[in-house]
Amino acid sequence: MAVLSTPRSAVELASKGRPVKEILFRTVLLASLALALIFLIALLTFVLTEGWPRLDARLWENMPSIRNPEIAGAQSAITGTLWVISLTAVFTIPTGIAAAIYLEEYADRTRWYNRVIELNIQNLAAIPSIVYGILGLGIIARTIGLGFSVITASITLGLLVLPIVIIASREAIRAVPPSIREGSLALGATQWQTIYRQVLPASIPGIATGSILALSRAIGEAAPLIMLGAVSFIRFNPDGIFASYTVLPIQIFNWISQSREGFHVLAAAAIVILLLILLLMNSVAIWLRNRYQKRW
Amino acid sequence: MTRGQRRLSAVATAAIVVGLSAACGGTNTTPPAGDGAASAPASQGAGAELAGQVKVDGSSTVAPLTSAAAEFFSEEQAKVNVTVGTSGTGGGFEKFCNGETDISNASRPIKDEEKAACDAKGVKYTELTVATDALTVVVNKENTWATCLTVDQLKKMWEPGAEKKITSWNQIDPKFPNEPLKLFGPGTDSGTFDYFTDEINGEEGASRKDYSPSEDDNVTVQGVEGSKGGLGYFGYTYFEENAAKLKAVEIDGGKGCVAPSVETAQNGTYAPLARALFIYPSTAAVKRPEVAAFLDYYATNINKIATDSKFIPLNAEQESKLKADLATLKTQ
Repeated sequence: MAVLSTPRSAVELASKGRPVKEILFRTVLLASLALALIFLIALLTFVLTEGWPRLDARLWENMPSIRNPEIAGAQSAITGTLWVISLTAVFTIPTGIAAAIYLEEYADRTRWYNRVIELNIQNLAAIPSIVYGILGLGIIARTIGLGFSVITASITLGLLVLPIVIIASREAIRAVPPSIREGSLALGATQWQTIYRQVLPASIPGIATGSILALSRAIGEAAPLIMLGAVSFIRFNPDGIFASYTVLPIQIFNWISQSREGFHVLAAAAIVILLLILLLMNSVAIWLRNRYQKRW
Repeated sequence: MTRGQRRLSAVATAAIVVGLSAACGGTNTTPPAGDGAASAPASQGAGAELAGQVKVDGSSTVAPLTSAAAEFFSEEQAKVNVTVGTSGTGGGFEKFCNGETDISNASRPIKDEEKAACDAKGVKYTELTVATDALTVVVNKENTWATCLTVDQLKKMWEPGAEKKITSWNQIDPKFPNEPLKLFGPGTDSGTFDYFTDEINGEEGASRKDYSPSEDDNVTVQGVEGSKGGLGYFGYTYFEENAAKLKAVEIDGGKGCVAPSVETAQNGTYAPLARALFIYPSTAAVKRPEVAAFLDYYATNINKIATDSKFIPLNAEQESKLKADLATLKTQ
C-alpha cells in the first residue's frame, strides 16, 4: 500500500484523528468510483445477456423488418449513423479548430465582443439537445430548405457539439508553452507559420481527443433527430447527403416500443453495436493521445 | 518543422480515411435481400419496375400497418423506397400540410385547424380507412370482479374530477373490493388518448392527470401486470400480443356487455371504443407512379397486411369502399 511508503515519523507527527479521516476519505472516493463502474457493468451485462441470441451477422446484413423479428436487422440504421457522424465530423472539426485558434491566438481579450463570444460558447455547451432539434427544423430543414435529410441532421449535430470541440481545442492550444511560439517568431516565422507548423502539431492530441469525445456524444443523440425527420422504418441505406435516413438510437427506441418480445432482444443487440462503435471511437482518441503526446 | 507537419498530415489522413470508409460503406453496400425473396419482382400486374421514394409520417398506432405494407411492397418493387416516420397523428399532419410528406398516417380524422393548414398550402388529400382498432381496457389477471364495465364507470375513473378522489375500486361500484385503483395509459400526445377521452369523458383531452402516462405501451402492460388493482388502455394489437399476461374488460356502451374482438370491432357492436384507422394520401403525390403503385398494393392486399401485422381487418363493405375511394382519388 502506498501509505506504507510514507516515512513513519510523518504519520506519527499527524494528529490522532487524521488516519481515520484519511481512510474515510479514501473509502468515499473509492465508493464513488465503484458506483459508476457498477452501473456500467450492470448495463453491459444486461444488454449482452439480453441481446446475445441476436448478436450475429443478421444484425448488420439485414434490413429492418416489422413483420418478423427473426429476419430483422439494423443495416440501414448502422449506415445511417456512420453517414451522419462522418458528415458531422467534416462540418464540426475544421470549424471548431478554426474558432479555437482565433480565440486563443488572435482575439484580444480586452475587447468586449470577444468576451461576449467566449461567454456564449460556454452557454451553448449547456443547451439541451432538443432545442438544437427545433433550430434545425425551423432554419436548416425549412428556411434553408435542406429538408429531412442526412445533411440537415449532420449540420444540426455539428452545431450541437461545436462548443465542445472549441472548448477542448482551446485547452489543447493553451497547453503549448509560450516559449515554443516565441522561439518560432524569433527565428523569423510569421504568426500563421508559427501556428501551422508549431502550435497546431503540438496540440493535435488534445484536439483529436476532444473532437472524438464530442462526436461520441453526437452519435447517441436521438431527441434532436426525431424533430429532424429521422424515420422509424426504412429499408434502404442512404445514397447521398440528401437521402432519408435513420440512426441507431431511433431504431433502438422503435424496437423497444414494439409489443413482440423478439424486437426487444433485437434492441439490446443494437445497443451492443452502438456501444462497440462508441468504444472504437474512444480507443482511437486514446491511441491518438498516446501516440502524439509531447512533453516539455 | 517537418516532423510537426508529418504528424498533422498523418492525423488528417487518418480522419479522412475513417470518414471516407464510413461514407463508402454507405454508398457501396447494395441492400441485401432482407428475407431471401426480396429481389426478382414476382407477380407484377402493371409490369414496369418503378423507382423513387414514398414518404409517410404520422400516427405511431398506424405505423406498424403501413410499415408492413411497405415491407410486402418492397418484395414487388425493390427500388421504391418507402419510409415511415412516427411523429404522431398531429405531427404527421403538420408535415403533410407543409408538403413534406406524401401520405399521412392518422388514428383519428383530420381536425378543422389541420384542414385549414392544408388549404393554406394548397395540399389536397383524401381520407382512406385502412383498418379497424378496438381500444382495449385491460386489468390484472387476478382481478375477478371487473369483467364488464359501463362507459359511466370508466368515466367515473378517468374524468378530470376523479383526480385524487377516486382511488379505490369500491368507489366505482360498492360490490367491488376495497382494492387500490392504479391507472395506466398513453401520454397526452397520443391519438389513442384523444379518442379515449373524447368517447369516455365527453371531451377530447379531458382526463385526470394522476395516472401513469407512457408513450410506450409496454410500460402500461408491465404496470397493469404488476398490480392487482391496475387498469389501463391501448390498441387491440397490443392486447393480442400480451393476452397471456392481461385480461380484457367487456364494455357496456348501453346495449349490454361486449368483449373486444375482431368480429365485434368489424361489425361495430364494440361501441364506443371501436375506431377506424386512416391514411391520407396527397392528391398531388398520387400522380407519381411509385406512390400510386404503393397505394394500389396497400388497398389490394389490405387484409393480408392487416392480418399479418395483427390489426383488425376491414369488413367486406369497408374494403370495397377503400378500393372505390382510391380509384376516385387516382382520377382527380
